[in-house]
Amino acid sequence: MWKYLIKRFLLMFPTLLGVALLTFVLIRVIPGDVVELRYAGDRGAVSQDVLTKERARFGLDQPLWKQFATWIIGVARLDFGESMWTGAPIWQEIRLRFALSLQVAIMATIVAVALAIPLGVLAALKQDTWIDYAVRIFSIAGLATPSFWLGIVFILLLLVVFHWLPPMIYTPFWQNPWENMKQLIWPALAVGYRYSAVATRMTRSAMLEVLREDYIRTARAKGLVQRLVLARHALKNAMLPVLTVVALEFAFLIGGLVVTEQVFNLNGLGLLFVQAVAHRDYTLIQALVMLVAGAFIVVNFVMDVGYAWIDPRIRYR
Amino acid sequence: MRPPLARALGAALVLLIAVIPAGAQDKPRTGGELVFVVPSEPPSYDAHQEETFGVIHPIAPHYNTLLRTDPNDKTGTKPVGDIAESWTVSKDGLTYTFKIRRGVKFHDGAELTSKDVKASYDKILKPPAGVKSLRKEAYESIASIDAPDATTFIIKLKYPEPSILLNLASPWNWIYRAETLAKDPHWYEKNVNGTGPFKFGEHVKGSHWVGKKNPDYWDKGKPYLDGYRAIFISSSAAQVAAVRGERAMIQFRSFSPPERDQLTQALGNKIAVQESPWDCLNFVSMHHEKKPFDDKRVRRALSLALDRYEGSKALSKITLVKDVAGIQVPGTPFATPPAELEKLAGYGHDINANRAEAKRLLKEAGVPDGFSFVFKNRGIPHPYEPLGIWLISQWKQIGLNVRQEIIEASAYHPMLKRGDFEVAMDFQCGFIVEPDLDLPRFISTSDANYGRHKDTVIDDLMHRQGRATDPEERKKILRQLEKRLLDEEAHVIYTLQWHRIIPHLAKVKGWTITPSHYLNNQLDAVWLSE
Repeated sequence: MWKYLIKRFLLMFPTLLGVALLTFVLIRVIPGDVVELRYAGDRGAVSQDVLTKERARFGLDQPLWKQFATWIIGVARLDFGESMWTGAPIWQEIRLRFALSLQVAIMATIVAVALAIPLGVLAALKQDTWIDYAVRIFSIAGLATPSFWLGIVFILLLLVVFHWLPPMIYTPFWQNPWENMKQLIWPALAVGYRYSAVATRMTRSAMLEVLREDYIRTARAKGLVQRLVLARHALKNAMLPVLTVVALEFAFLIGGLVVTEQVFNLNGLGLLFVQAVAHRDYTLIQALVMLVAGAFIVVNFVMDVGYAWIDPRIRYR
Repeated sequence: MRPPLARALGAALVLLIAVIPAGAQDKPRTGGELVFVVPSEPPSYDAHQEETFGVIHPIAPHYNTLLRTDPNDKTGTKPVGDIAESWTVSKDGLTYTFKIRRGVKFHDGAELTSKDVKASYDKILKPPAGVKSLRKEAYESIASIDAPDATTFIIKLKYPEPSILLNLASPWNWIYRAETLAKDPHWYEKNVNGTGPFKFGEHVKGSHWVGKKNPDYWDKGKPYLDGYRAIFISSSAAQVAAVRGERAMIQFRSFSPPERDQLTQALGNKIAVQESPWDCLNFVSMHHEKKPFDDKRVRRALSLALDRYEGSKALSKITLVKDVAGIQVPGTPFATPPAELEKLAGYGHDINANRAEAKRLLKEAGVPDGFSFVFKNRGIPHPYEPLGIWLISQWKQIGLNVRQEIIEASAYHPMLKRGDFEVAMDFQCGFIVEPDLDLPRFISTSDANYGRHKDTVIDDLMHRQGRATDPEERKKILRQLEKRLLDEEAHVIYTLQWHRIIPHLAKVKGWTITPSHYLNNQLDAVWLSE
């Protein structure tokens, strides 16, 4: 088991290095840079001298390999540098938004799991009945509906019907839970619905497969009640693929709620990502990509460890 | 029937009831927090080195400037004192002596003196090594500045410049504390310490900015508000929702006409709308080193093809443009009178005659059947894209085959600077309507002369108008310059003046729209009626 864990752990580093290199190069291929965007604003007439000096200040006049080397040495020391747009340390920019994004991701996951598992199990148990069809329609609608669109519908409904809009400023949960919920429940529902659709379909198909297994038939033959068959034998075995979907989706939500955050004006990592790209804030983009990539890699690592723990065949392979 | 006395008393009572609330409403009410939306966020806190209104809107209420534009003047072109109590001008027009107010305190408690004004202007005019100043070129006429005593600030000019007072009313020239600047000229990039009506509360990046009433403000009785909260919202749909849901009261840049209509429809008499021509403009640059745009007949034909008046009617319903204008914003001191405007090529009302002339010019230039070219436009929805579509449809009327290429916003300026275009959409926004501030980009040597025209006549007219101390003389020179720029040589083609639309909750009082979204953001006179 330890050998397997160490191998999986060490594999994380070349993956991160690859992501770092790719991000560094790709963002510089896009035309325009942070200096151009910051100083060619409404007047559009800042002198070339100012632009040249600013590029030198950010080190953008250095050869690409040197810029990369400087940055990656900083990353190795967990120093991501400063935002080229605001001059603030990167960790400060990210820390500020991370709590909100994490909370939305957790709340959306709770919504998704709370919907997906009962509905998926129910649909599998009542296969080809009206209940199954209803659950399938509900989940397909969720897959087909972008969460940002659902967010817009929520906002319009709240505005038109209740003449009310969720708060525009984030209040941390521990400061004022009610105010916090008033703002974040709506994006959590909008994102959670789409997220639940994926998990519902996965739960249903995994349950259908497991319910046809010999050991389920054996359990029933032994006279176990349906509740125990489902809880102890079927659900536990069907959960592996569902957990994979839930975990990957969770990692995606950390930095992937780009449009939804704009719709609800949430000061999260997704919106920060959009702004960083719009400003060509190289250092911030690089740090954010590394963060999201890191989240995926860590989730995958935890999943692999979990698989190995649940299924011994994996660790002995 | 009631007796005459009773009727008279009744009438007087009715009159009194009618008058009292009106009077009470007009009298500023103190208290409350103004919540407004800012579509952009400050990169740093130092206005001397920034370009975006994202700095002005949330941070200007913390500062004063030497002069400001009259907050009640809709043209935003009348300089009045801010930190300066009064000023005198020497007979030769070369020396400006400003009397600095006494009893003005920075938020940290230090007293403001003319040394602070001098230090702030030193930073703008001669920034120390490693410090940027984006506007030092705008003050080339200044020979020296001096602070001989605590309440006197003197500016000496190299030559008389009629625009200098307005230029000193720039909303960017915040007065900083001399002692702080001496210790660290970068301090103001990340900190706030001004003399303005509001003290710094908090800034949560990406979320909001809070200002709190300065109880020691030098202008006694002001500010009226207890504070303000600026919410950063980049999505225009979310901005509209914020006002519609009354989570915000105003956004000081502009909304589009459909957004205005949406808000007025939803909020009825709870909303008020202020509109003004906007000191921003899209114009067409043609590369003078590329054929056939090196030929002024072709350039004039492109301008003559535009039906600006019909375009105005249609486009003003969907995007941020409206007035047909010359080189200055309509309604401002140096704007072109309509009768004169109509004489310029492409500004006459007879569009058939204009287009016949355009076709004649194309024939004369050797392209009787028209030609094809690529028009490069900026990838921003308003007003670039509707204007681009309109231009192409107009040029098609004289036989030109135009393909539009949308350039992503961040690649747009490099494209203009490289000169990598035949015809491109260009733009500019001014912070005060003033020829010396709006027009320097059209002189031959300007970094922003993207069409690369070389015209010593324009250069000379620019030079002369900048030194003409008689306003009537200056107007004459400006009309010559305009005729040269837009008609005879048609170096650029002006489209339509941007139009600023500010719908705000009706309870927001004491704020007057101007042609610039950089002005009137000190918020000292703003109050809430509820």
